[in-house]
Amino acid sequence: MIKVNNLSKSFGNLEVLKNISTNIAPQEVVCIIGSSGSGKSTFLRCLNLLEEPTSGEIIVEDENIVEKDTDINKLRQKMGMVFQQFNLFPQKSVIQNITLAPMKLKKKSKKEAEALAMELLKKVGLSEKADVYPTNLSGGQQQRVAIARALAMEPHVMLFDEPTSALDPEMVGEVLRVMKQLAKEGMTMVIVTHEMGFAREVADRVIYIDGGRIVEEGNPKDLFSNPTHERTRAFLSKVL
Amino acid sequence: METSLKVIEEALPYLLQGLYMTVLISIVSIIISLVIGLVACFMRMSKYAILRYPAAIYVNIIRGTPILIQILFIYFGAPSVLDIHLSAFAAGLIAISLNIGAYNTEIFRGGIESISKGQMEAGRSLGFSYAQTMAFIILPQAVRRMIPSFVNQLTHAIKDTSMLSVIGIAELTMVGQSIYAMNFRSFEILTMVGLFYFITIYTVSLISTKMERRFVIT
Repeated sequence: MIKVNNLSKSFGNLEVLKNISTNIAPQEVVCIIGSSGSGKSTFLRCLNLLEEPTSGEIIVEDENIVEKDTDINKLRQKMGMVFQQFNLFPQKSVIQNITLAPMKLKKKSKKEAEALAMELLKKVGLSEKADVYPTNLSGGQQQRVAIARALAMEPHVMLFDEPTSALDPEMVGEVLRVMKQLAKEGMTMVIVTHEMGFAREVADRVIYIDGGRIVEEGNPKDLFSNPTHERTRAFLSKVL
Repeated sequence: METSLKVIEEALPYLLQGLYMTVLISIVSIIISLVIGLVACFMRMSKYAILRYPAAIYVNIIRGTPILIQILFIYFGAPSVLDIHLSAFAAGLIAISLNIGAYNTEIFRGGIESISKGQMEAGRSLGFSYAQTMAFIILPQAVRRMIPSFVNQLTHAIKDTSMLSVIGIAELTMVGQSIYAMNFRSFEILTMVGLFYFITIYTVSLISTKMERRFVIT
């Protein structure tokens, strides 16, 4: 589904990602863990070109998206993204947040888009909030709307950039539940997270990034209980 | 000696003509300055230096010089070396438009840049282009934030048209001056002139307050 070959990214002289290579299979759920500043968010943001890689290739469904002639907007329609800060559109109601992109980009009728939006709101447990504005929602509710908004474009893969890091602890659960449900339904997901319990339970594979490199990757059971690398061990001992 | 009322009554038709000119120049130059401001604002935010620098130079020159000099320069200064002839009306329009346009540039840029970066990223990540994200997501939010400073700018625009009296445009101030030069009743005439400016500008403020309320997010 996504092949990453020798991906590097520098901001000026600062090399944030160094030669990262990995594959993400269809329906796979990959959690990326690592300390702050390790480059894990930058890696995720490279996957839909919110950050432009300095070198290397990213192949999404047989297309090398780093090449100049890629239709970046078409590509992003296939890749949903959920942000740490939700980034809902404050001037639009919940349902307008969700229907905007399908109506403008996929030329869906208002009726069609709203039907889909209601279905997605039901899925994230917010059917009764359709006409509310984002400022009147809690953080957890906003994030669930953001997930519904991304899903409304019927993406092939979902990217999550620390989706629960800005939430009060009691709201983390409701967002993780929605993500778990998505994983169960077979969505391909790449998740940057600090929720180790979630990673252990839901991920097919966990990637530990440190200093801009993949230090270790593997299925969560092995990686969490038997990390082979000294750095992984040190990191896990601090967060588990 | 004529009563004040009589003086005002006689002057009124001429003052109204002056007011008409003031309002006409204000409206036309505000419309032109909107276009200038929008174009220059996107130039200033461009990633290309070749667009960014001219816009920055324009804004800084206008902000750094008095409007009176700008008016005189466009009417007398520029035509004296360039082979062009401008009517006072055209020169006045250009000067006011360029002046307000520069301030609009900064008001628009400030409004757009005050919207969090996450909004642009959210729009782009859904598959919208830069222009679509601007149009559907960023500008509707930015416009709301711009309204107060923009209205403030409008009131400046209307007042600044009084400067055009120096190049002989028969706007409100010029008409007033001509009248009291003849009848020596500067108190009555200037009171009326001031009153007309006040009514015009106050009307603009009232309309804008209504607009602001309409744009407020529930």
